[in-house]
Amino acid sequence: MDDANGAGAATIEFEHVSKHYDAATLKSGAPGAVDDLSLTVPAGRICVLVGPSGCGKTTTLKMANRLIEPTEGRILIDGVDIAGQDVTELRRGIGYVIQQVGLFPHQGIAENISTVPRLLGWDKQRQRARADELLSLVGLEPGKYRERYPSQLSGGERQRVGVARALAADPPVMLMDEPFGAVDPIVRERLQNEFLRLQEDLAKTILFVTHDIDEAVKMGDLVVVMQLGGKIAQAGAPAELLAEPATDYVARFVGADRGLKRLSLYRVGDIELAQAPLARAGESTAALRERAQAVDLDFVLLTDDADRPIGWVELADLQHDGAVQEADADPTSPLLDRRTTLKDATSRLLDEEVRNGVVVDRAGRVEGLLTLRAVMDWMQDERSLDVPEDIAEAVSAVVTEGQPAPPPA
Amino acid sequence: MIEIRWDWIANHLDDVAEKTWQHLQLLVIPMVAGFIIAFALAVLALRRPGSVGPVTAVTGLLYTIPSLAAFAVLIPITGLSLMTAIIPLTTYTLLILYVNTVAGLRSVPPEVNEAADAMGYTRSSRLWHVQLPLAIPLIMAGVRVAAVTTIGLVTVAAIIGGNRFGGLGQFITEGLQTDFDTKIYLGAVGSVILAFVVDGALVALQRALTPWTRARTEGS
Amino acid sequence: MEQLLEFFTDPASWSGDTGIPNRLIEHLAIAFLAVLTASAIALPLGFYIGHTGRLQMLGINIANIGRAVPSYAMMVMLLPVMLGLAPVLGYDPRLGLRFLPIFLAMVLLAIPPILVAAYAGIQEVDRDLTESSRGMGLTERQILTGVELPLALPVLVGGFRVALLQVIATATIGAYLAGGGLGRYIIDGIARRDDGMLYGGVVLVAVLAIGTDVLLSWLQRRLTPRGVRIATELETERAGAAAP
Repeated sequence: MDDANGAGAATIEFEHVSKHYDAATLKSGAPGAVDDLSLTVPAGRICVLVGPSGCGKTTTLKMANRLIEPTEGRILIDGVDIAGQDVTELRRGIGYVIQQVGLFPHQGIAENISTVPRLLGWDKQRQRARADELLSLVGLEPGKYRERYPSQLSGGERQRVGVARALAADPPVMLMDEPFGAVDPIVRERLQNEFLRLQEDLAKTILFVTHDIDEAVKMGDLVVVMQLGGKIAQAGAPAELLAEPATDYVARFVGADRGLKRLSLYRVGDIELAQAPLARAGESTAALRERAQAVDLDFVLLTDDADRPIGWVELADLQHDGAVQEADADPTSPLLDRRTTLKDATSRLLDEEVRNGVVVDRAGRVEGLLTLRAVMDWMQDERSLDVPEDIAEAVSAVVTEGQPAPPPA
Repeated sequence: MIEIRWDWIANHLDDVAEKTWQHLQLLVIPMVAGFIIAFALAVLALRRPGSVGPVTAVTGLLYTIPSLAAFAVLIPITGLSLMTAIIPLTTYTLLILYVNTVAGLRSVPPEVNEAADAMGYTRSSRLWHVQLPLAIPLIMAGVRVAAVTTIGLVTVAAIIGGNRFGGLGQFITEGLQTDFDTKIYLGAVGSVILAFVVDGALVALQRALTPWTRARTEGS
Repeated sequence: MEQLLEFFTDPASWSGDTGIPNRLIEHLAIAFLAVLTASAIALPLGFYIGHTGRLQMLGINIANIGRAVPSYAMMVMLLPVMLGLAPVLGYDPRLGLRFLPIFLAMVLLAIPPILVAAYAGIQEVDRDLTESSRGMGLTERQILTGVELPLALPVLVGGFRVALLQVIATATIGAYLAGGGLGRYIIDGIARRDDGMLYGGVVLVAVLAIGTDVLLSWLQRRLTPRGVRIATELETERAGAAAP
């Protein structure tokens, strides 16, 4: 994975890491323990730790910047054992985003963002420029937000500032703990999408914690399902996890609707499209019947001069033998394009009487048809489980629990 | 019934100024000393939460002792010097300054502390740059109460101060001794006015130190 | 040190008008009388404010003024007034010189803490509780005496504690105005350069104050319902543990 910025992305490696708490701390409600966890986060990838409360996912995350110290094992960032490093120096090189954000109320937004640059001794001008740059990056107008205080921002805006602050010193590694959990679903989806877009440019190595399997599947290149006791139940690419859960626990955690969840992982462009029987106004119905029969359909798709779809014409409805008119066409359901997820596409297919979805290109021209059958075939095709090499490597290196006893109900 | 001789006051303005000045000295020195001690103890409370109970008990005990007794206690030791007044005045500030400083430092939201640690603040830079500024509102509340209380206590110090110290309280004792109403009221009312002025100044100070508390929330 | 022991072992210290028992009684008597009088004014007003929620501003203002005016200043301001009123109201001017200013100042200073405790204590009682009581058909008076008062008791005791300590301290100072009580030992001790008497007074006054504080704290804790006490203890523990 090539990175466009100066700081190279780094790997995060957990080697037989454990965290045990003594009885006294356990009583006052300590976070979950971790048991012999080994995991490698490939450089430039998002690794999501997902699991129920108390499974140790946040503990694992916090050991990466030593907010919690492991009782056993080593953690390496970019190949260097973090236990040997000076802890403040380590943390200044890691971005950290949490659910409640934790912006400093007594500082303005720009000052909040330039926290780490200030600690690193950057000069004032460089700090200011960087803060403005980051504000734009996260979609906040610098002139408007620079001097404001956190109390004046909405929840979504505050979390954007939180992300900006984490990125300020351009760290190779980011730790994120349920960062989008405190906002409503609409804002959350927007933040997730924008963050994924950012990541496409920045290619940071990210360890991300969530309890929401949908978020895990959406955000993660590598998804690690954890269970109570701080063990890994299964690690894999999202597609693998959904298609082939290793144990009952993972299957239940992922959800009974995992088949539908898998659909959101793919797009129309992944599938081969069927030929559409096209027609223009004025053509004879006889010619149309032929064309339709050739692809085994009872309908033709009426298009305009630019090949843009107008509607379906049901051949059985045509009373006359003359030329087909625009008025004969019934409108299609919303059009699909190559970027539409299979989940959305399937939902529209269920609406379509014809049981074929019309796929158009960016100019609106018909490219082909999508059928439910084609979707089903693809989902069972092995190629749908293809996984990038670095992810596959990381997965094979993970030590899982095998077949654990089901967790208490 | 009560005779106030305004002309006497007008003729003795320099005396008023001198006693007010002494009153202020007897306010500022104990407050500064008290704050330093209270702050040190409050920082200790952060590291060792168990210390809060004993420290509160001790400072509370010192606060419970009636003021006249506290001032009198040191006479055989420090004589009639300013220290006889300053030491008890300092100990009286401790309880309220300590309790409020601890509360202020603890009022910092845990996620702010966590974020500061994760950014790479050292423990001491976090204390000075994050916790302390955010603790100011509660600390200042304590400072205000302590200041007003101290101004009142200074007048009591005049009882044992002979004619050496007691700020505006000296007017009270002199007035009582010579049965001169004007001086009595000058001292009594004067110290109350002084308390209001100092309180007002501290409110202004607090506002200047905490611009973020006045930021208007806009619905975005 | 030996002078202190001398003072306490001298039988003269324990007898007569100037003896410790007498002075102690003087001190306590005026203190309790002041608190009682203050309560007669502050409690009804405080309960009214707390129960009905009206006149809140008045309550807050009284509390603030009470804090701003120091006890000594209050006493000495009242002194000429009380002296002057003697011929008008027809009482012995010596009362005006000794007893009245001190007593009045104590009452005025005791009102704010008792008032605040009264209305804060009532207000702290869960609204749901009073609502359901009303729903069950209890009269306002029954709610006040049967539900709110018992629950507000610890706060009330806390208010009495503050008031009593304030009043004890004021009475001590009052000795300077030729009043009685334990403060006399301090004033006379200074005047006669009798260190034994001076320290004797200091010790007696300190013990009285601390003793009152400890006793009322204990009482306050005893009166707090067990559930509430455990909850507050847990909270203070957690607050302490949360500080990293």
